[in-house]
Amino acid sequence: MARSLKKGPYIAHYLDAKVNKMNDSKKKTVIKTWSRASMISPEFVGHTFAVHNGNKFIPVYVTENMVGHKLGEFAPTRTFRGHSGNKNA
Amino acid sequence: MARIAGIDLPKNKRGVIGLTYIYGIGRSTAERILNDAGISFDTKVNEWNDDHLNKIRTIINELKVEGALRSEVQLNIKRLVDINSYRGIRHRNGLPVRGQRTRTNCRTRKGKRKTVANKKKATKM
Repeated sequence: MARSLKKGPYIAHYLDAKVNKMNDSKKKTVIKTWSRASMISPEFVGHTFAVHNGNKFIPVYVTENMVGHKLGEFAPTRTFRGHSGNKNA
Repeated sequence: MARIAGIDLPKNKRGVIGLTYIYGIGRSTAERILNDAGISFDTKVNEWNDDHLNKIRTIINELKVEGALRSEVQLNIKRLVDINSYRGIRHRNGLPVRGQRTRTNCRTRKGKRKTVANKKKATKM
């Protein structure tokens, strides 16, 4: 079920604060985050996030097309190496 | 012969059903179109006269159907693939996108079963 519109998008408050601070000071650093459920807001565009996938941090460079998706969508948690005997994997 | 939106409609079917042969028009849209045009649902497609056809055509002209709709869907998928999102990756791999199980089923996405030859049972050494 979709999230209620009344609440607005979910963005971890510290992420929002950090991005706003960086936008004000025009600095760009990679932000490490575990908050995969956070929605990408328009302010995030152009920043790089290191999104945790349960094992390590995956660098995600946010582009305009990604707005409205969640950070976790860009840091896959599973690695599929192919089945045994499958040569083209 | 009724030709709407570049599609030949089956002539021996009721109007509501005939319209659903157009990509992007299902039962409810077909019913709305016929209501707006003031045509009975039960009129067969080959019983429509030119006046009916013109009314239907003008209504359908405002909808997104066939090629335009197909390309919109493809563009939406392409966007997901291009931004490398999880859903895009699933589209790329030809696997179900919406979290269905893949241990069994999902043959529509995966295609015909590919049996692995000589698959040995795990034996205890």
